[in-house]
Amino acid sequence: MQRRQFAGLMALSAGSLLLPLSKSAFAAVSDAPVNSPPRRLVVVFMRGAVDGLSIVVPYSDRNYYTARSTIAIARPGQDGGAIDLDGRFGLNPALSMMMPLWQSQRLAFVAAAGSPDATRSHFDAQDYMESGTPGRKGTPDGWMNRLLGVTPVAPGEAPSPMRAVAIGPTLPRIYAGPISVSNLPNGAAAGRATVLDRPAIGGAFAQMYQGDDKLSRAYQDAQSSHREIMASLDTSASKDPSADNGAPLPNGFPGDAARLATLMRNDARVQLGFMAVGGWDTHANQGNAKGQLATRLSQLGEGLMALCQGLGATLNDTTVVVVSEFGRTVRQNGNGGTDHGHGNVMWVMGGPVAGGRVYGQWPGLEDNHLYEGRDVAVTTDFRTVLGEVAERGLLLPDDRLSKVFPEAPTANRLKIMRA
Amino acid sequence: MNASLNIRPRPRRARNGAAAWVLALFVSAALAEPPPLGGSATPEEAAHLLNRIAFGPRPGDLERVEREGVNRYIDQQLYPEKIALPNELVQRLASLSDANQTAGQLVGEFRAGQRLAKRDGEEGKEKRKEMIRELVEQSAEARLASAVDSPRQLEEVLVDFWYNHFNVFSGKGLDRVLVANYERDAIRPYVLGHFRDLLGATAHHPAMLFYLDNWLSTVAGYQGAGGGPLAKASGLNENYARELMELHTLGVDGGYSQKDVTELARMLTGWTFDPRDNQSDAVFRFDDKRHDWGEKTWLGYHVAPRGQAEGDWALDVLAASPITARHISYELAQYFVSDDPPDALVKRMTERYLATRGDLRAVMYVMLKSREFQVDGLSKPKFKTPFEYVVSALRASGVEVVNPRPLLGVLNQLGEPLYGCQTPDGYKNTETAWLNPDAMTRRIDFATVVAAGRLPVDVPAENVQGGGPVMRRNGAPIDADQLLVTLGPIISDKTRATVESSNPQLRAALVLGSPDFMGR
Repeated sequence: MQRRQFAGLMALSAGSLLLPLSKSAFAAVSDAPVNSPPRRLVVVFMRGAVDGLSIVVPYSDRNYYTARSTIAIARPGQDGGAIDLDGRFGLNPALSMMMPLWQSQRLAFVAAAGSPDATRSHFDAQDYMESGTPGRKGTPDGWMNRLLGVTPVAPGEAPSPMRAVAIGPTLPRIYAGPISVSNLPNGAAAGRATVLDRPAIGGAFAQMYQGDDKLSRAYQDAQSSHREIMASLDTSASKDPSADNGAPLPNGFPGDAARLATLMRNDARVQLGFMAVGGWDTHANQGNAKGQLATRLSQLGEGLMALCQGLGATLNDTTVVVVSEFGRTVRQNGNGGTDHGHGNVMWVMGGPVAGGRVYGQWPGLEDNHLYEGRDVAVTTDFRTVLGEVAERGLLLPDDRLSKVFPEAPTANRLKIMRA
Repeated sequence: MNASLNIRPRPRRARNGAAAWVLALFVSAALAEPPPLGGSATPEEAAHLLNRIAFGPRPGDLERVEREGVNRYIDQQLYPEKIALPNELVQRLASLSDANQTAGQLVGEFRAGQRLAKRDGEEGKEKRKEMIRELVEQSAEARLASAVDSPRQLEEVLVDFWYNHFNVFSGKGLDRVLVANYERDAIRPYVLGHFRDLLGATAHHPAMLFYLDNWLSTVAGYQGAGGGPLAKASGLNENYARELMELHTLGVDGGYSQKDVTELARMLTGWTFDPRDNQSDAVFRFDDKRHDWGEKTWLGYHVAPRGQAEGDWALDVLAASPITARHISYELAQYFVSDDPPDALVKRMTERYLATRGDLRAVMYVMLKSREFQVDGLSKPKFKTPFEYVVSALRASGVEVVNPRPLLGVLNQLGEPLYGCQTPDGYKNTETAWLNPDAMTRRIDFATVVAAGRLPVDVPAENVQGGGPVMRRNGAPIDADQLLVTLGPIISDKTRATVESSNPQLRAALVLGSPDFMGR
């Protein structure tokens, strides 16, 4: 029942989404606050190495169909075919709900992006993408924590662990570092009261955790933001009830994405958001326009749309980046799946993005152009994309960028963000 | 002399210098050991042992270990088969009949469920769901009951450690019904045996073959007959071969190449099982028609075609590698000693591993008798994983776990669902992995509910309204004074002062939710 309601809501929103993002809507919201609204960034990490060739499909590259006899996404116009993006690439039809964003130029892709490091280990590759220092294992902090360190606090706000929020019961490597961040549990528990909201219990534990040790600091960070989070997620008190229509949110990724959006919309302190979504390691039976991968992609798409829609007008100042640690083999393996590869697609969405384009130099899928004879080559370093997002999306001065991504390449800029 | 002598491996050949050095170290360590009979431990030493090689003390455990002494307790725990299990636990484990089936029976049951779902539509699907739910719960109950109640605590701790090392995710199809069997047949019997046997048991078990897809991996161009994924498989799948080297043996920096991954995958083609054949209990089979009979080059070796023997030999090579020895030693030391384990200890463990051909008991011995573990470890607590936190709270409270459902819910909330790690690296056990703001709130929430006796774990699920993790209003609260006695020096004077100055009804919650109890 709840699921169906939500699906209906999503169907409705697909059309209406165009409105708040149009230029006239942009003008309409800008008369509320006098100073410019805070810039924000959300990173969605697809853990497990998603098969980017099934997301942004190089349908004009005939080698794609040679390499994938049963798992290729068909050409546009064919049964289960890709949705044409630019005459070269097409979107997996399971992600059709994303098309309004593409059409309103709020969604861009970078083909053949990835890490200069050759590893095909999920865990090393994720580590490198989260530390922002490929090939270096000793880096103690994550790039989003360093980013927090060089980004000014939102105008009129005091420093708070609410500046950066992750969804889930553990903190991601990308947030590791000296600056406090917050995490919310998955599901509806995020907005619920806990025993610590009872004064007697909260008071007793506060006394126990008043120190400066790591556990006390974690305790204090949780408590300092808990009430505000509850208030922000309380839909009855929502400042913009139209965005979720007061409907109960489903569990799972779409629900969590919608909650993050609500929180960011209602709490101006939140500058960074992070979510992870797993289940992409499709070594067997991944399917094509239908099947395992397509099913997951449509849940992902639903969640990303819930995020963008939930942000409402805030999306004008928010950039959403979707990454995965590496791509998968160009040729399908013996089991209708794909093994660990190299280059992959990155997604960049939101108001500050010069969307409606597939960026990056396409290396081609001819055998002699494949990385190590098997994978999509990397032509754009992931830090190039993230650097442009930080610079233009978060208005980070050039000289601070090197603190976030030391040793990142500076050539081959994509100009993926609006000027 | 004390019992610890028994586990020193017999000298097989002339010792090299390093091994002699290790022996010398034993002798010097022995000088510090208490007398073999009537030894004793300080309360701090006893607490440290119970925190690290057990899931924390139960009422009375501290005094017992203090009486027995550090080394006697370690020596006993290193030989779990000599520790009698209480009748109650034995009977309880036996009563979990579903979880005690063979792998073959379980696969058969899973398939019967699938047929039911196909034949009877929604009703069949419901029945299948119910069947699987029951099985999963029985598995969880067996794991939790053993972790809480078994006197073979080191074995339980090692089952947790090695299960994570050779992780299999219960959310993947058939593995839903196989994880408990995998733990029972492929992990538990070997946790203090030789690493090669443990490696071999996991490699042959259908749960692993299925999880990392090796059951489908074939020689290029293979043509099967009939239906189902096994028949359709045609070509290599390198998933297992990669994780076998990266996670299970050499480690990610173990010096292998992509070519080595592919070649190892070729050597392991034909290692499969047939879910449709539920006659055989051994389940594993080598299918020579699926095997790649070509020559291979792997880790610098030329490998002549020998069928299944290629894979078995590869496991020999991997288990005997000094790189594996170091990887395993590092992981053990990280789990038992410190998130950032001392190099010198890892080196001695590695040497022991190599000198004993991977005898895990001997490696554990070196570690548990080391100064780094016994003395340095005292002042540097490890942050408990959610599983450790939950199990230790139940043990300290003396609660009997009859109904695992509320605990499964708590473990989900805390981010460590039982058998629920999706990725093959298993759950981590470091502070970085688990300490975060929300974790503190959730742990304290759990502590408060347990302390108030509101978690309905001690009554059968059918007596709990709705059967789920419903918090009840009236349970027997945990006695805070008893709890403080049970935990002894684990709870610091500072924390005790806070506890004693607070509302008596909150005291037990404050103990279980204290920073002292979050560490081990």
